[in-house]
Amino acid sequence: MKSVEEIKAAIETAVPGAAVTVIPNPAPNAQHSLLIGAQHGVAVAEFLRDNEELALDYLSNVTGVDYLDKEIPEKVKVTRQVSKTVDGVEQTVDEMVEETRKRVEPGYLEAVYHLFSVAKKHGPVIIRMRTANRTDQVELPSLTPVWRGAEFQEREIFDLFGIVFTGHPDLRRILMWDEFKDHPMRRDYVEPDDFEYEPTAHDEVLKRAQEHKAKVAAGEAVQ
Amino acid sequence: MSSFGIKNEKLAGWNRPPVFESDGEGELLEVAMGPHHPSTHGVFRMDVVLDGERVIKLKPVFGYLHRNHEQLGQTQSYLANMPYTDRLDYFCSLTNNWAYALAVEKLVGQEVPERAEYLRVILAELTRVQNHASTIGFLLQEMGASGTPLMYAFREREKILDLFESLTGSRMMCNYMRFGGCRVDASPAWIEATRKVVAGLPAFVDEFERFLMTNEILMARCQGIGVLRPDLAVNSGISGPMLRASGVNYDIRKVDHYGIYDRFKFRVPLGDHGDIYDRYMVRMLEMRESISILNQALKDLPAGPVMDPKAKIRNFRPKAGESYGRIEAPKGELGFYLISDGSPNPYRYRVRPPSFINLTVLEDMCLGSNVADVVLIFGSVDIVLGEVDR
Amino acid sequence: MAVDEKLKIELGKQGVMVTTIQELYNWGRRSSIWPMQFGLACCAIEMIATTMARYDLARFGSEVFRPSPRQADLMIISGTVTKKMAPQVVRLYNQMAEPRYVIAMGACAISGGPFKQGYNVLKGIDRYIPVDVHIPGCPPRPEALIQAFMTLQKKIDEQHLTGEGRPRHLDEQAPGEFQVPEFGEHDLDPPSNPGTWTVPKIIQ
Repeated sequence: MKSVEEIKAAIETAVPGAAVTVIPNPAPNAQHSLLIGAQHGVAVAEFLRDNEELALDYLSNVTGVDYLDKEIPEKVKVTRQVSKTVDGVEQTVDEMVEETRKRVEPGYLEAVYHLFSVAKKHGPVIIRMRTANRTDQVELPSLTPVWRGAEFQEREIFDLFGIVFTGHPDLRRILMWDEFKDHPMRRDYVEPDDFEYEPTAHDEVLKRAQEHKAKVAAGEAVQ
Repeated sequence: MSSFGIKNEKLAGWNRPPVFESDGEGELLEVAMGPHHPSTHGVFRMDVVLDGERVIKLKPVFGYLHRNHEQLGQTQSYLANMPYTDRLDYFCSLTNNWAYALAVEKLVGQEVPERAEYLRVILAELTRVQNHASTIGFLLQEMGASGTPLMYAFREREKILDLFESLTGSRMMCNYMRFGGCRVDASPAWIEATRKVVAGLPAFVDEFERFLMTNEILMARCQGIGVLRPDLAVNSGISGPMLRASGVNYDIRKVDHYGIYDRFKFRVPLGDHGDIYDRYMVRMLEMRESISILNQALKDLPAGPVMDPKAKIRNFRPKAGESYGRIEAPKGELGFYLISDGSPNPYRYRVRPPSFINLTVLEDMCLGSNVADVVLIFGSVDIVLGEVDR
Repeated sequence: MAVDEKLKIELGKQGVMVTTIQELYNWGRRSSIWPMQFGLACCAIEMIATTMARYDLARFGSEVFRPSPRQADLMIISGTVTKKMAPQVVRLYNQMAEPRYVIAMGACAISGGPFKQGYNVLKGIDRYIPVDVHIPGCPPRPEALIQAFMTLQKKIDEQHLTGEGRPRHLDEQAPGEFQVPEFGEHDLDPPSNPGTWTVPKIIQ
């Protein structure tokens, strides 16, 4: 099978304008993956499926991953007006000051596709697509028209992570009930508080049972 | 090399279920089969639209056994997930163990000692035999053979469960494999007992076949019903006996050679028509191949440790990275996808459930057939709800 | 009025059977408990194994699994009850005719078990319906299920038909219908039936 770099080059020649980045995997298995720009997702997928040499006709696994917003502390040089006594007279002088600021790197939701070839018996080729952020721009192109195997798995990701797959033929909640509002697999999901009774509480359960008791004491929750 | 007709079928929507229309006579009837229905293997629901006896629309509804397996997997350590994998496909806990152990071993580059590999193969093939026997029993039960074939299957299953219990301590939830081997060694008495059970299996399969193979009801209800085209099967990610019944030669034991499967001689049974009968037949033949693998493995079983002495069990923290490990479970391709960020818990823990994805084409197979056949088609997929909803 | 035990045995030897209505009634109730054919998760497989040749539940008069709740006496909650499934379980229980019993089989049905911390897992079915027998285990062995059947039979046998603690179907005050929870935006509504379940007091 071709290496990821060769696949990247093949995609870039076949789909002009496709932004493909190799994401290295430091684990010993060296299953590197390819990050595909969302706007060319379907074209790249069709190329991977129909290319004679790759023939990735079998979509095995679709995974949603949630990456939270990251706060990165960094040192920035800022010019500031400082009052100083120069030659006995008080003056306002511009001065370079080093300051630590927190830059917020926006989080994103990611869909990971594991592709195999039944015809050529090779794989996996891993492609990923990322949303712009976690709140309002959560659309990704659906690959269900290319590989039907993604149908239920993309619905599951829509349900649990909240990625909206445009072009999906039947995008509804699949595991939770239709009236449900949250996306429970997101890392910032808050579960309903129903730990009122804990006979053998320990570890995390103990923490949550204590939180519940505190809420009851404060009158925020019923027993 | 053909790629299953994908080239010449580039019409839009070729892989979607066809649209069936009412014949205009009488009213359409909407029926919710499940979540409490005797033939849905648990809590599964199909919203069926019927035109008389004919199914013209079928939408599966999932989630009635959604126990948050993946979310729980991310809140606890790698080792603590092992007993949870038992409860995915609760018929085949040992193959689930193996798939998860394989994914973690790929993540950290862990080697497995020879004897442990052999034990894994023996246990996986025993699991396959009891799963296929039970599946056929349930299929016959749904066909109206109330109880009897299932009792034959469970009689044999109990013998295999006894072996599991004496080795691992539990009948169903074995929690036996570890990253880098197996938890305990098998005693010579256990090997002897296994040999005895395996020696009795061909007689059981013969008996099962003699009763069922040419049974008129079975042939009438199964042949030509619920046909799945190979091109659609591949495109829909179908795996396991269902894919092979459609004539696609894809067995992960042969393709990936995970474990030590390249050392054994076995054949991959393939179907011709992709109907219920072929799926039943493929399972029957796979049982025979499993028995052959079992005999070879029991013959060559080497001595030695069952756990890599360098394997880390306490404070297990894989370095950042990701891995996808998959095996040929009795139901199909069972995969685990792990992303590690260097902490004791996986950052993302994903199960690729074969039963869930095999249901993708349920609607395509059922459309146009009678409502009584839906039960059979569904039974021939071989699902376990613990794995479908996780 | 209870008959003198010695006299009863003596009469039995002579071919005369003496009994009370209560004994006869309870004997009839306990000897043919028909369970509902209703499996939820892993425990359902052990339930099936119990009815098969090796464990043979028929010895206890309970092998007739009925697919319809109308014909069943016993509901075996065999596995994890998820929040999505809980309304259906309560509805099925409401559809069963009295006298009706519930066995909570396995850790999940009792308290949520290993999946307790999941967002979609109900922390014990007794939040919505009354349970007669709890069996621990994950999953309980078939022998444990048989033990639960025997416990239930004993419980039925010891019930008085009148007075305090009489069976529910003879008690006009006892509730016949239990509230079916509704799907809310974040959780089930209500999270537990107030008349059925209260927070147990933990004595330290």
